[in-house]
Amino acid sequence: MAAPTQRRIIFQHIDEPGYSNDLACYVRHGGYEVLKKAVTRPPAELIDEVKKSGLRGRGGAGFPCGVKWGLVDRKSGKPIYLIVNADESEPGTFKDRYIMHQDPHQLIEGTMISCFANNVKQAYIYIRGEMPHGARILEKAIAEARAAGFVGKNILGTTYSCDIFVHRGAGAYICGEETGLIESLEGKRANPRIKPPYFPAVLGLYQCPTIVNNVETLCHVKHIVEFGGDAFTKIGTPNNTGTRIFCVSGHVQRPGYYEFEAGKITMGQLLNEVCGGPLPGRTFKAVIPGGSSAKILRFGERFKGKRKVGAEMVDYDWGVEDVPMDFDSLGMIGTMGGSGGVIVMDDTVNMVEALANINAFYSHESCGQCTPCREGSLWMKKITTRMVHGQARHEDAALLKSVADQIPGRTICAFGEACSWPTQSFIAKFGDEFKQYPETKKTAKPAGAPELV
Amino acid sequence: MNLKPTTLTQIDEVITHYPTKRSATLPLLHLIQEDVGYIPEGAIEWIATKLELEPINVYEVVTFYPMFRQKPIGRRHIKVCRTLSCALMGGYKTCEQFEKEFNTHRGEVSPDGEVTVDFVECLASCGTAPVVLIDDDLHEKVDCAKAKQLSAQIKAEAKKR
Repeated sequence: MAAPTQRRIIFQHIDEPGYSNDLACYVRHGGYEVLKKAVTRPPAELIDEVKKSGLRGRGGAGFPCGVKWGLVDRKSGKPIYLIVNADESEPGTFKDRYIMHQDPHQLIEGTMISCFANNVKQAYIYIRGEMPHGARILEKAIAEARAAGFVGKNILGTTYSCDIFVHRGAGAYICGEETGLIESLEGKRANPRIKPPYFPAVLGLYQCPTIVNNVETLCHVKHIVEFGGDAFTKIGTPNNTGTRIFCVSGHVQRPGYYEFEAGKITMGQLLNEVCGGPLPGRTFKAVIPGGSSAKILRFGERFKGKRKVGAEMVDYDWGVEDVPMDFDSLGMIGTMGGSGGVIVMDDTVNMVEALANINAFYSHESCGQCTPCREGSLWMKKITTRMVHGQARHEDAALLKSVADQIPGRTICAFGEACSWPTQSFIAKFGDEFKQYPETKKTAKPAGAPELV
Repeated sequence: MNLKPTTLTQIDEVITHYPTKRSATLPLLHLIQEDVGYIPEGAIEWIATKLELEPINVYEVVTFYPMFRQKPIGRRHIKVCRTLSCALMGGYKTCEQFEKEFNTHRGEVSPDGEVTVDFVECLASCGTAPVVLIDDDLHEKVDCAKAKQLSAQIKAEAKKR
């Protein structure tokens, strides 16, 4: 079956010749019209539209946005804050970068609509430190929007006021975790907070109710309010509404970003048709479907079970290529849609070396407050690095698994899961390769094999 | 510590963005590092006084975030992405090329003082791997040939000085 055509909603103007990131261009393309209409409607109605839309968060967890907003404590009398999570740093993910650099006003409009709907008076955009140009572009765009009355005091002549400030991170992945982000914004080390009691919706920034949403999620809010929540559910598939942006990297002919209706494209269509298939003379070996912490899939494995289609339960028997790229289908086969970062590896890649690369990342990024994660991520890195650069032993696979199995569920935040899933899944799917590695090391590497650690 | 008047103005302005002064810790560290090139001795106490904190509150932030450094680096900072997508496309070779060009090792200032080459984690541009951040500018698809070309540019600019 041929791949569907792209449906660009969020990325409508990305890479469009002549489209610039200034206010005049945005307004010329119909910008801020949705905000103008939104501020004439009761805020509760806007929240209802988002609830009806079924929008699921695009940062990684896929939590329904309307439910998140519904949890906000509105009776405490404290101010409500909104934080834009622009700390895009999950390896394999590179979508928010383009929104902020090329279409910052789309994000600002989505943010202001979300702020108005939730009676937020102060919003912050937490952008990762390695995007200094992005921070400057956003600051300039906010200043333009402020001067035009879209942001700041009495927006569009109403009694509603809300400002946005840009806050730069400084190179720590853990700031993408929402409570770590909040600590960082308060000027501290980004050690995530324990939940309960510190649910951001109740005790977030400055111990006030706080909404933390991903950049892409907030852009979707603009389009939901424009189309209406019910109409938005017609895009995509039930429970996976709207579009998804897939960031494809690694060993394909055409890596890049592609926006499709959620659930309407399979892994095979995405990689073979849209991205042009494997590099010449190579074959696909493995793919990580939703950012580097998502569990790896091995080409050739099959997934069987029952799934719900409409009201009926039907059998499915999928290869990796047949899996629809939505939260639920990827969840059913034991991995996740996550942030949409699809990392592809071909037959030149040795899985021990690929895991050593990932383990070095997580070990570097653990915040260090929970012992299982701090020590576990470090030892997984040490073992895999030793296997590659020192002595590899047949029993290392079992040792790695025993370390990984002791981390998840024993940490304050989901980083514990994120750092152990790669090791667990690599060994589950490629256990033979780990066991054979002492022998493999003595043989020549395949031509074109990349150095990974 | 001698800060430029513009930096001092920016510092006073950014503190007003937050209901508590402590929130301005990261912005102040960024502004000082951009002005001086690193976080110099005395800066931690200076920020603590400015934000009504204990020096340890600032120090623990400096040591937590990889972007803050307490020692000077080369005139240009070359950050090569090390993480999986870039490594799959040859990021390690790219890094070695820069090290060779400037006769240096990762994490060290080159002998001519011109650059510091570092490996960093994912720069969120995996579709154009391997990527390199030189000071504030992102360079995409930096294979060995492009690394040579960028190095030649840096060396040419250094000669003009």
